[in-house]
Amino acid sequence: MPKLFKIEGDRVVAHDDLFVTLADDEAAPASVSAVILSFARFQREGEAWLSQGARVGVRLEPDQPVEGLAYDLPRLALVALAFPKFRDGRAYSAAALLRERYGFGGEVRAVGDVLRDQALPMLRCGFDAFEPADGASVDDWGQALHRFRHVYQAAADKRRPAFAERALTSGIGDVA
Amino acid sequence: MYRYDAIDAAILADRAAEFRDQVSRRLSGQLSEDQFKPLRLMNGLYLQLHAYMLRVAIPYGTLSADQLRRLALIARRFDKGFGHFTTRTNIQFNWIKLADAPDILDSLAEVGLHAIQTSGNCIRNTTADPYAGATAEEIDDPRVWSEAIRQWSTLHPEFTYLPRKFKIAVTAAPKDRTAAKVHDIGLRLRRSRDGELGFEVMVGGGMGRTPYLGQTIREHLPARHLLSYLTAILRTYNRLGRRDNIYKARIKILVASLGAEAFGREVEAEWAQLDQTRFDLPDLELARIRADFNDVVFEDLAPASTALNIAKAADPGLARFVRNNVAAHKVAGYGIVNISLKAPGDAPGDCTADQMDAIAALADAYGSSEIRVTHAQNLVLPHVKLDDVAAVYAGLKEVGLATANIDLASDIIACPGLDFCALANARAIPIAQAIATRFADPATAEAVGELKIKISGCINACGHHHVGHIGILGVDKKGEEFYQLTLGGSGAEDASLGDVLGPALPYDRVATSVDQLVDVYLRERSPGERFLDTYRRVGLNPFKAAVYAEAV
Repeated sequence: MPKLFKIEGDRVVAHDDLFVTLADDEAAPASVSAVILSFARFQREGEAWLSQGARVGVRLEPDQPVEGLAYDLPRLALVALAFPKFRDGRAYSAAALLRERYGFGGEVRAVGDVLRDQALPMLRCGFDAFEPADGASVDDWGQALHRFRHVYQAAADKRRPAFAERALTSGIGDVA
Repeated sequence: MYRYDAIDAAILADRAAEFRDQVSRRLSGQLSEDQFKPLRLMNGLYLQLHAYMLRVAIPYGTLSADQLRRLALIARRFDKGFGHFTTRTNIQFNWIKLADAPDILDSLAEVGLHAIQTSGNCIRNTTADPYAGATAEEIDDPRVWSEAIRQWSTLHPEFTYLPRKFKIAVTAAPKDRTAAKVHDIGLRLRRSRDGELGFEVMVGGGMGRTPYLGQTIREHLPARHLLSYLTAILRTYNRLGRRDNIYKARIKILVASLGAEAFGREVEAEWAQLDQTRFDLPDLELARIRADFNDVVFEDLAPASTALNIAKAADPGLARFVRNNVAAHKVAGYGIVNISLKAPGDAPGDCTADQMDAIAALADAYGSSEIRVTHAQNLVLPHVKLDDVAAVYAGLKEVGLATANIDLASDIIACPGLDFCALANARAIPIAQAIATRFADPATAEAVGELKIKISGCINACGHHHVGHIGILGVDKKGEEFYQLTLGGSGAEDASLGDVLGPALPYDRVATSVDQLVDVYLRERSPGERFLDTYRRVGLNPFKAAVYAEAV
C-alpha cells in the first residue's frame, strides 16, 4: 500500500492509505469503499459512489479552482491537491480556501511532488495528510514541522502569530 | 530603528538551523543540485560564474552601525574584502564557498541579519524611502509599514512558491525615491480629505523584457487594512498568474492581460471574503513597531550652522559635497548626508570592508548609529548635525567616499553584468566606469546637473535601464557585446519608460555616445531644465541625429 503521512495532534504518523486513487479510464475494482476521483470523473460518477455509501475524495489539479467543489464539500471525505512540481504553489492557496472559506473539515492531502522541505507551509495552509515523494522518514517530517518556534502571520492552521503572542505577553489586548 | 525581540531572533535562528541542515544534506549527497537549488535560492545563495553569491537582506534599506560592521567582517573573512550594494537595497558577496554559508548565516543572525527571501519566487525585501524619518515631506514613516510587511511576508506559508519573484516598495513623500511604479506592488502613503491615513495601491509595474508602469487599483486603502489587502492581491496572483513561461510569470503580465480594472475587481472580491481581522495587524502591534522607530533624540539647534558655513568657505570640495550630497532634514540644524558609492573608476555599489567600518564609525560618532541603503546603490546617514558635516566629510574623504555626485551623470546604477553574473550578455561595470570617468571632473558633472544613467547587462534589467534618463542595455550580437540606448525613462514620481534611441552600439561607442547626448542637451536646454525635461520637450530626433550622424 502506498505510504501516507498524517498529522495527529503535533505528531506525524505513517498510515496505510485506505483510499484507492482511480485514473479516469480505470475500471473500479470490486469491493472498493473509499476512492479518490479526478474532478471530471467525480462530476460523472460522484453521485453513484456516494449513494453506494462509499467514502469519496476528489483530486484537484492546480488549475481547477476549489470553488468548483463548494456544494459537494460536505459530502467529501477528502480533497487531494496536486503538486505537479513542488515549485507550483497554487495548491497552498487552494488548501487555505478549503479551510478558511469553506470550513472544510475533511482530510486535505498533498499529492505529487511532495517534499519535507514543504512540510511546514503545507501544514500551515491546512494540509493534514501527505503522500511523501522524497523518501524521508516520519521523523524527518516531524522535525521539519517543528523547526520554527514562532510564526509571523495568521494562516489556516490557527497557530498564534507573533503579534498575538506579543500582545499576550504584554498583558494588553484581546487574544483569541 | 526597529529592534528584534526574542521572537524575531528565534525565527532567524530557526531559519539558520534549517538552512544548515539543507546544506549538509546537499554536501552529503542526500539532496541533488536540482532539489537543492530552490532551497538555496530561497536563502539568497546563487551559483554565479566564478563562485556562489550570497545576497543578504537589508530590510527596507536600514542598517545599524553594528550590522554594517558585521557585513565588513563577513566581507573580510569569507569574501575578497568587499561587498556590493544592490538596487533592492541588499548586499551581495560574490565569492562565497557553499560550506561557509551556514556559518555566515549564523554570524548574520547574531546581529539580526539574514538572507531569507533574497531570491526565489517569493516576496522579496521590501524597499522604502531612504530618507524615512528624516525628511519633512513624508506623510507617515514608511518604515513602520515596511516592517509590518517584513514580518507578514517572512516565511509566508501560502506565498513561498509564487509564479515568480515579488517586490514591494513603500513611499511616503511627493518625491519618490523608491521607484514605486516599477514594482510588483507600489504603495504610496497618503491622507484622504478627512485626514485618514491610507495607501494608494499600484500593481503590475516591473522591468525585465516587458516593462510596465504600475497601475492604481485602489486610490485609498485605509492603512490599517494593509496586510489583508496584500493577502488578497498575493492570493489572486498566486492562483491566476502564469506558470507555463518564466518570462510571462510576473504579476505585470497578469495585470496587463486582465486589465488593471478587472484585476482590481478580482482582488476586491477576494478581499471582501477574507476575514480581514485575522490578517490586519492590531493597533497595539503597530504602536509597538512605531515606537521603535521614534528612537532618535534630536537637539534644539539653529537652522544654519556657522561652523559649516565657515568650513565651506575655506574648502570648495566641502561646499560641493554639501550642495550635491546633503539634503534637507525635518529638524532644524540637521542634514541628510548621502554617501556615494560611485567614485569614478570604481564598480557602482561596491564597498570595501574598511569603508564599511569607517562608515559605521562615522554613524556612531555623528549619525545616530544608523545607515540607509538607497535603490541607487548609495548609502545615507539620515540624521547628521550640520555642525558635524565637515567632520563626516573629512572621514569619508579618508576612505575615498566623499564623491560629490548624487544624482549626477557619474552616479550610475549598474548591475554586476558579465563580470560576475551568469545571466548577463554584456559587461556593465566597465561601461559605467568609462562614462563616470568622462564626468569625473566635478565642475563638468555639476554643470550638466541631474542625469540618471542606468545600465543593465541583460534584458532582466537589474540595472533599471528602462527608467534611466539614459538607459543602457547590454545585448549579445553573434557573440559580441552591443548596447541598446534608451532615453527619457524615470523611476521617480514622474515615472516613464525610456524610448529606444536607435540600433544598438558596439562597446567602444557607448561612452562617446553619452557625451554626444549630453552635448545635445546642453545645446537645447532651457533654464532650469534637467536632461529629462529637455528630452521630454524636444523629443528623440536631435539626440538621434547626434549619435547616428556618421551612419546617415
